[in-house]
Amino acid sequence: MREVYQKIFRDNLPHIWCAGCGNGIVMSAFARAYDKLGLDKDKTVGVSGIGCSSRITGYLDLNTLHTAHGRALPFATGVKMTRPEFAVFVFMGDGDCAAIGGNHFIHACRRNMDMTAIIINNYIYGMTGGQFSPLTPFGSKASTAPYGSVDRNFDICSLAIGAGATFVARGDVYHTKQLEKLIIEAHEHKGFSVIEVLSTCPISYGRRNKMPKPMDLMNYIKDVTIAKERADKMTAEEIAGKIVTGVLHQSAAVEYNEAYMAMVEKLEVGKNG
Amino acid sequence: MVEARLVQGNEACALGAIAAGATFYAGYPITPSTEIAEQMSALYPKKDGKFIQMEDEIASIGAIIGASCAGAKAFTATSGPGFSLMQELIGYAAMTEVPIVIVDVMRAGPSTGLPTLSSQGDIQQARWGTHGDHSIIALAPASVEETYLMTIDAFNFAEKYRTPVILLLDEIIGHLKERFLITPDMMPPIINRQKPQAGQEFVPYKNTQELIPALPDFGEGSRYHVTGLTHNEQGFYSSKPEIVESFINRINAKIEDNSEEIFRCNGYNVEDCEVLLIAYGSISRSAEEAMNNLRREGINVGLLRPQTIWPLNEALIGDACCGKKAVIIPEMNLGQYAREIERCAPDDVPVVSLPKVDGTMIFPSEIEELVREVLK
Repeated sequence: MREVYQKIFRDNLPHIWCAGCGNGIVMSAFARAYDKLGLDKDKTVGVSGIGCSSRITGYLDLNTLHTAHGRALPFATGVKMTRPEFAVFVFMGDGDCAAIGGNHFIHACRRNMDMTAIIINNYIYGMTGGQFSPLTPFGSKASTAPYGSVDRNFDICSLAIGAGATFVARGDVYHTKQLEKLIIEAHEHKGFSVIEVLSTCPISYGRRNKMPKPMDLMNYIKDVTIAKERADKMTAEEIAGKIVTGVLHQSAAVEYNEAYMAMVEKLEVGKNG
Repeated sequence: MVEARLVQGNEACALGAIAAGATFYAGYPITPSTEIAEQMSALYPKKDGKFIQMEDEIASIGAIIGASCAGAKAFTATSGPGFSLMQELIGYAAMTEVPIVIVDVMRAGPSTGLPTLSSQGDIQQARWGTHGDHSIIALAPASVEETYLMTIDAFNFAEKYRTPVILLLDEIIGHLKERFLITPDMMPPIINRQKPQAGQEFVPYKNTQELIPALPDFGEGSRYHVTGLTHNEQGFYSSKPEIVESFINRINAKIEDNSEEIFRCNGYNVEDCEVLLIAYGSISRSAEEAMNNLRREGINVGLLRPQTIWPLNEALIGDACCGKKAVIIPEMNLGQYAREIERCAPDDVPVVSLPKVDGTMIFPSEIEELVREVLK
């Protein structure tokens, strides 16, 4: 495994993340998935927004673009449209993607450009010290919700499906084999693929929500999640309060750059004929 | 044989971008710039280019920065409110030294203002709209032909200096239709970004004497990191004071130290005049007519017409103002450029602002009246 990491990571470790943070687990799962995909690093672009998880791009030995808060997807759109043959992976946090970047997110889902968006959901704005995000569960405490959040939260996977994403999955940092597999499947899917990764922030989320130790959040994720294959066989009552993981949605739709090139070809035929 | 035809300013901008080698446009509809997006949506699918309409102006500038990193010459066009939205990422492009061109067809503001009426109210926003100390290049053409040629200049400056360049059209120039005839001798040479030399170690943000590091496209093998964080020569975050200081100084100096080359202007009777007009964009045409009318009356008036708004060539402007009875700056704002001229002019030269913000242009007669008054 060490060789895999050496191949994919730059030599600027250690990373900046706190002990118990899930970002490193996502980054390792990505590295293993990336290695299995056997892609050309020169033709791969990693794009991220701003926040703890968006620092991932700094450690990956790819063409990497650490953009502005919420704006990773527009940048990725410009890259992919210019070079449709590139593999593009976008890393965003929950606040980054669902709040300030929410408009870009729904439109990226709608356009169905062939790239993979990995949303690392640690339920909180970590880098600024633990404010609630649109994915912070209703009632959870945060530095700007000291009495519990009265802000309803998104189910970002449902939002992605509703907005037209053609591959939507949910993984978590406890089930890392599953996460690795989901990243591979997401990349192999033609079109805009979304993976929400449930992650941990013991410092800014766990400590305020009666899960102060890193393992408390890990155990919470282990207990609250249920694989889609199992969930499908259970009654609504049995899965109440659980969070379903796995591939939640997959459909086929025209990919943006293919639609564009089809238009170009049509114009050329018209010109010659 | 190329024949003269009627072309609109915004259309000339679209054609100029193609002539400059630009292959990517992302934008969001906004009056009075929309014709540029419409042109690109029609032209690019037939000319190996890419057009995308994004969800807002922030996404538009994000997409063109991404496209530029991937090797395309890329641009967007907008107007006041959209230009305001783009400010954060203009700073990102300045910080990461990604070449892009932003066309701002100025309309009257603030806020929604007068969407269909002209203004030159974004002069200072173009310079200081984004936060932090940075430099910028901004150009302001005064005719349709000049819009075409200066769109090419804008891409050339962006590529050469690795910087965002702002092309400031005003609504009058953007929507003006006039004679358009570009002959090969008028065409500026096309400049492309400097690539790293093969066989040499690639250091993404190397601080050399030239101040402008080489820029590889994504996909060419020089994998590197692009970040809006203050970064070291390798491209990674650094807060070490000496690294931060040298970086910020470099991205400012690479433009300010070259202001003589970047600042372009036309002068008419500048040296021997009593009263000097300084005007840019559409209003420079009113100023030119005012100058001609007054000279026929025997009043010795000259005109300096900056094509480059930023960076200023302070010495050149100071010299031009020297010894004048008055320097008058007519502009469709409350004196945004006049303050800059005042700063450059000798202390004993009166610098008089002729502002206008009612949505109408400044007519030659208004300039003539003021000249007569200051000479009383």
